[in-house]
Amino acid sequence: MKPSVLSVALAAIAMSCANSTASRAAWEPVRPVEFIVPAGTGGGADQMARTIQGIVTKHNLMKQPMVVINKAGGAGGEGFLDVKTSSGNPHKIIITLSNLFTTPLATGIPFNWKDLTPVAMLALDEFVLWVNAEKPYNSVKDYVDAAKKAPSGSFKMGGTGSKQEDQIITVGIEKAIDAKFTYIPYKGGGEVAVQLVGNHVDSTVNNPIEAVAQWRGGKLRPLCVFDAQPMAYDEPIADGKAWKDIPTCKSQGLAMEYLMLRGIFMSPKATKDQIEYYVELFKKVRATPEWQDFMKSGAFNTTFMTGADYAKWVEAEEKRHEGLMKEAGFLASAN
Amino acid sequence: MEELANLFHGFAVALQPYNIMLMIIGITLGVIIGVLPGLGGANGVAILLPLTFSMPPTSAIIMLSCIYWGALFGGAITSILFNIPGEPWSVATTFDGYPMAQQGRPGEALTAAFTSSFVGALFAVIMITLVAPLVAGFALRFGPAEKFAVYFLAFCSFVGLSKEPPFKTIAAMMMGFALAAVGLDSITGQLRLTFGITELLNGFDFLIAVIGLFGIGEILLTMEEGLAFRGGNATINLRVVLQTWRELPAYWMTSLRSCLIGCWMGVTPAGATPASFMSYGIAKRLSRRGNNFGKGEIEGVIAPETAAHAAGTAALLPMLSLGVPGSPTAAVLLGGLLIWGLQPGPMLFVEQKEFVWGLIASMYLGNLAGLIVVLTCVPIFAAILRVPFGIIAPLILVLCAIGAYSVHNSTFDVMLMLVFGVLGYLLKKCNYPLAPLVLAIVLGDKAEEAFRQSLLGSQGSLGVFFSNGLVSTIMALGLVALFWSAIQEGYSRLRTSMA
Repeated sequence: MKPSVLSVALAAIAMSCANSTASRAAWEPVRPVEFIVPAGTGGGADQMARTIQGIVTKHNLMKQPMVVINKAGGAGGEGFLDVKTSSGNPHKIIITLSNLFTTPLATGIPFNWKDLTPVAMLALDEFVLWVNAEKPYNSVKDYVDAAKKAPSGSFKMGGTGSKQEDQIITVGIEKAIDAKFTYIPYKGGGEVAVQLVGNHVDSTVNNPIEAVAQWRGGKLRPLCVFDAQPMAYDEPIADGKAWKDIPTCKSQGLAMEYLMLRGIFMSPKATKDQIEYYVELFKKVRATPEWQDFMKSGAFNTTFMTGADYAKWVEAEEKRHEGLMKEAGFLASAN
Repeated sequence: MEELANLFHGFAVALQPYNIMLMIIGITLGVIIGVLPGLGGANGVAILLPLTFSMPPTSAIIMLSCIYWGALFGGAITSILFNIPGEPWSVATTFDGYPMAQQGRPGEALTAAFTSSFVGALFAVIMITLVAPLVAGFALRFGPAEKFAVYFLAFCSFVGLSKEPPFKTIAAMMMGFALAAVGLDSITGQLRLTFGITELLNGFDFLIAVIGLFGIGEILLTMEEGLAFRGGNATINLRVVLQTWRELPAYWMTSLRSCLIGCWMGVTPAGATPASFMSYGIAKRLSRRGNNFGKGEIEGVIAPETAAHAAGTAALLPMLSLGVPGSPTAAVLLGGLLIWGLQPGPMLFVEQKEFVWGLIASMYLGNLAGLIVVLTCVPIFAAILRVPFGIIAPLILVLCAIGAYSVHNSTFDVMLMLVFGVLGYLLKKCNYPLAPLVLAIVLGDKAEEAFRQSLLGSQGSLGVFFSNGLVSTIMALGLVALFWSAIQEGYSRLRTSMA
């Protein structure tokens, strides 16, 4: 929904107001850089992209303006196809979420991450199992017992989107505890959290940033995090508890791990210099206090990867998604 | 009383010269954004969001929310003058606003629209000030079933509205539903009706359909009728504002009803679009001059505009107190709040008093500033209609094309807009009503989604739509609205047989 002509003009005005002090690199953008978000305005990926845009503008990290453009159609397929078909255009980068894997697998659109050039992993987004604070489930065990006792399919799990990360985790939980949930897809994570507060669903697997306000307000309770180790942030959020105090699901007998990629890719056929330029740019972004605040507010896992490590990680993750989605029966019939 | 003290403190914050300056810049930018169809408030706010990162959060939100008010005001201008709604909630304004402009009363229509907008917004802000904590909790009771009931009510209060045969209304509505179904099905995650064409991944965006159906369709009709705007003899001076104001108090009942509908829809959060349609439909039903609706009745401008603004303003309440945006623009503002380190939610009103009350105070002042800015411009806007058609029509075409392009940055959409234009022209020639078609494109997929979410939750039982007091009441209201004319007829027959 982004008008690039006007946004370029406005961003250009903003940029020309300040002196450029960006360091010299072998390659530099000579035109405004389009930053594609394969998701709607206001969601997690959009927030991250706009934060980056704000940081780049404020700290003057790039001589050319950066323009955020949302291409959310077809569960993000529109954005991925746009970058795929912009071969050799180094002025186009894209931020990804798990739909990098799930969208082509579930819908069969002609796209694979290998069509793009990997740049860097910026962070990993955590998933937490949430229940309404009024409910008597104080631990994963209480929750699992209740879910198993409920008639098959009457326990409702709310999540964002269909056949995407939230539903994959739900299927993982079902398998781990041998129970049957009814998964109800909603449009956005904030809406999902509010549906849980209103008791319209029984549990959710919201990202920390989507549910933190309701936790602080005493409306929701986190039970466990779907990561191998607890989150790193020890600042108290509610009732003297911090993100760090949430146990891992595995340690509580719920064997499911899932982290979502927040990474950057660029158009196909990028040169080494061009990739290097963006890697350096994102290193600078990561060093700013604004970025660190943002990471803290969303309790992100701040793993950073580039080059071959990153590509290897993405490849392993693709395999994993293929396996998870195949088991859940989410693959498009064309595949 | 604590709220009032907080509010006055908020006024002190909002009235700092720096903030007043931002307010006026925001309103002006907002009006421009609102006038350009396709750009819209959400896009405008999103583009300007990064520029505000260096400001203090309170100033930033004041400026951005003023852009939002400005866009709400601006949306009415093109609807009335050219029959091109710049925003989804301005569609209902075109039904009577455009005929008024054609009759040489554009000033009157614009004044009524702006003033009603202001009244609606003011009503909603007062509600936010006084009963914010009470009302905020109401949104929590809205699960999928309740949401579907609201959409159902919106459709029902609209069916049978047009004078065309019911068959044509239903045909147009079904066409809208079919168009709304194209793209990704959000419940199963599968693509529907795209036939492997990547351009259709997104489905048919409402704005492109509307710009084509209304804007291009209207130009084609005007060309056929002799290349002239009929509103050319418009009087252009500020007196028209005062004259219209003298008329407006007579419609207080319509205004009040529209305010209530708007606040309710904004808080729930169903949004401004169903609010404006519902308000128009109900006003037509209940007005003594209901038969004149669609031919340039001032009440037909007041009702949707008041409700749209009341809803647009009230939508900020669930955003602040629950973190659920009530409109696309509110969603972008929400992202902004997070970036400034403010966490919307139950604790915001407790922990960030200065920010919340500064924002609420800016709603009062921003709307007032907006009203003054747009009212003084009424004669200028009205004068646009004096420009010869041969000059203005290409300009409108360009405006439409830019609007359609900017929705997704896609030239395919511009082609699509032209196709919709021809379709709009043909439908009009065959006397098919466009409004039900547009309503179905805007709300069709949302209604479908809520319906299927409800049935997933209830494991297929339709009983979920009558499972509690709230949802049953809304569904019952919908059914009454649907069969209103039958009920009315039965009632009058009963009276004649009694007599």
